[in-house]
Amino acid sequence: MSLFSLKVAAARAVGALSRLTGRGGTTVPGRLLLRLEPTAIGRLARELPRGCVTISATNGKTTTASLTGSILASAGIARVDNFAGANMAGGVASALLARGGRERAQIGVFEVDEFWLASVAPALDPRVILIANLFRDQLDRYGELETIGDRWAEVVAAHRGRLVLGADDPLVAQLGADARDPMYFGIEDPAVARAGGLQHAADSTRCRRCGGEYVYERVYIAHLGVYRCSSCGHERPHPTVSAHEIELDGVRGASFRLVTPAGSTRVSLALPGLYNVYNALGAAALASALEIPLETIATGLRSARPVFGRAERLAIADHDLTILLMKNPAGANELLRTLALAAGELDLLGVLNDRDADGRDVSWIWDADFEELASRVHHVTCAGLRAAELALRFKYAGVDGARITLEPDLGRALDATLAQAADHAVYALPTYTAMLELREILERRGVAASSWERG
Amino acid sequence: MTDRVLRVCALYPDLMNIYADRGNLLMLERRCRWRSIGFELTASSLGEALRDEFDLYYIGGGQDADQRLCAADLLALKAPALHSAGARDAVVLGVCGGYQLLGHAYELASERVEGIGLLDVHTVREDGPRLIGSVAVELADGVIAGFENHGGRTYLGAGQAPLGRVLRGHGNDGRSGFEGARTRNVIGTYVHGPLLPKNAWLCDRLIATAVGLDPSALAVLDDTLEDAAHATALRAAGVDASRSTG
Repeated sequence: MSLFSLKVAAARAVGALSRLTGRGGTTVPGRLLLRLEPTAIGRLARELPRGCVTISATNGKTTTASLTGSILASAGIARVDNFAGANMAGGVASALLARGGRERAQIGVFEVDEFWLASVAPALDPRVILIANLFRDQLDRYGELETIGDRWAEVVAAHRGRLVLGADDPLVAQLGADARDPMYFGIEDPAVARAGGLQHAADSTRCRRCGGEYVYERVYIAHLGVYRCSSCGHERPHPTVSAHEIELDGVRGASFRLVTPAGSTRVSLALPGLYNVYNALGAAALASALEIPLETIATGLRSARPVFGRAERLAIADHDLTILLMKNPAGANELLRTLALAAGELDLLGVLNDRDADGRDVSWIWDADFEELASRVHHVTCAGLRAAELALRFKYAGVDGARITLEPDLGRALDATLAQAADHAVYALPTYTAMLELREILERRGVAASSWERG
Repeated sequence: MTDRVLRVCALYPDLMNIYADRGNLLMLERRCRWRSIGFELTASSLGEALRDEFDLYYIGGGQDADQRLCAADLLALKAPALHSAGARDAVVLGVCGGYQLLGHAYELASERVEGIGLLDVHTVREDGPRLIGSVAVELADGVIAGFENHGGRTYLGAGQAPLGRVLRGHGNDGRSGFEGARTRNVIGTYVHGPLLPKNAWLCDRLIATAVGLDPSALAVLDDTLEDAAHATALRAAGVDASRSTG
């Protein structure tokens, strides 16, 4: 047995042990392995016959990875992945470890945290790197957007494989300027453009190359749209993978005509909102870059189900609870916009935590347009470590104080939400760690679906 | 009180808005309207010459590139109005990058971004980590809490008073124990989060000062949630909420 195999075996044993003891098993073995052997990610990744792909974005990584997984399943290609948000180096290494030596996984699908891409990508040497979008998120952890843009530019310059980029995000699209044959994806449907133009939370409104102002012909989400720099003329590249004739079915789903270089077909998604159309496009573009046939892509997208708190629905008592992960202003705005499509008055459970994975700085709630929902709120219960600040945000968005309950304890807040609910439908808007806590509570109450095991 | 109007000028709200600065403006607006104080918000951005015709000026934080654009514009088109505002005791509030621009300059590794010198401070981007985290600051009349996130270290000039004393967090430079700067009604601070929603008492002081009222003359509002948010922010910074006056 080589020294490397011994290290791998040791890390696997630790992983098995930590799974037996219950919690925190996701990244422990990978982190241990990386300490024993810093080059482990590269060595394990090279064993995958079809190589690997990485998915990075501020918003939609997990869903895009899951949709990609669904497409690969349709194509009959076994994969190893790091679903469930374990998207830093330790999570990727753990996923590779879990694959095991004799299993049949042929390809790795890794969602990679935007900050970690620069350190993980060179080791993985991915066949395809997908970069979808860059929004303001957790600035306390990462510094500012430009810093991440610089890091990504370095990754792209060193990348030997194919590059798939979001055409509608100027900062992301510019990464393709000097790349060999980048593939772009984007939305081509004026009917779903925002009437009001750029939202408050819009980032990246100035050209990274010359500092000029972007002029938008259309805005789809935050700063994603059809744009042109008024100064140097840098404009949105033509997307070869695109969504046309989009129909949004409230909080239940969306459908669109998917166009790729191989042709076009109608796709219906069980995931709601324009942001999930973007996620589906990213996955479709990635699959196109892997030369998976269009109909297989469409079948995979159609069969995909919501994951891990991303518009997941479940029955609790007499209610239909939809869980919508809320993690930054742009993501929250899309959830709020999607929620506004739901009928009637809304009963909400907002849960704001400030742990590391949520972002220690909860400022962002003031950048999210809770105003969009204010007139629609029947009742909102606010829970979590920073419950009071979320409650205050709803108040200043225009929700009457009598419609706001402050109950930091999540279990009691869930009860209060259900008790207050005027209607069948109830919506939970948790931040990341709040979503995990909510899941635990629901599991204890026997409500949680077993599909969560996998994320 | 119905004839009172708070006229607010938001400087570069399209660019200097990185830490949810909108929350500060929203707070001012609602708390005026609930008291039947008029509220007028005017934006002044790149290329627009500023006239000193407002009661309260607000400038927030931005990314480095945006801040550079704004600095040049501020010097060229807005500095005289802001100096005039400071001299007549109008309220000028700069948060984070806005605070840095109210000082003399921001020195980066290879360049010097000139500020307007309304506060006697200068800022230097030194080696070392960004100063990030929850923060609580003791002012003469109460405690403020929030979040700070800045690469620059800000140093006070010889005669410059700080805004307050750091109870928890880094403050201006991580060493001096000072946070922010204040000269009469010109205030600079690194506390965002945003500042005013977490510190409604300070919001009311600013409103009263800007419209020329004694703070005790402001109508009392139901601040149950505001007080709870303030207490949470203090607790996040590691300060016992009972310390705060306000």
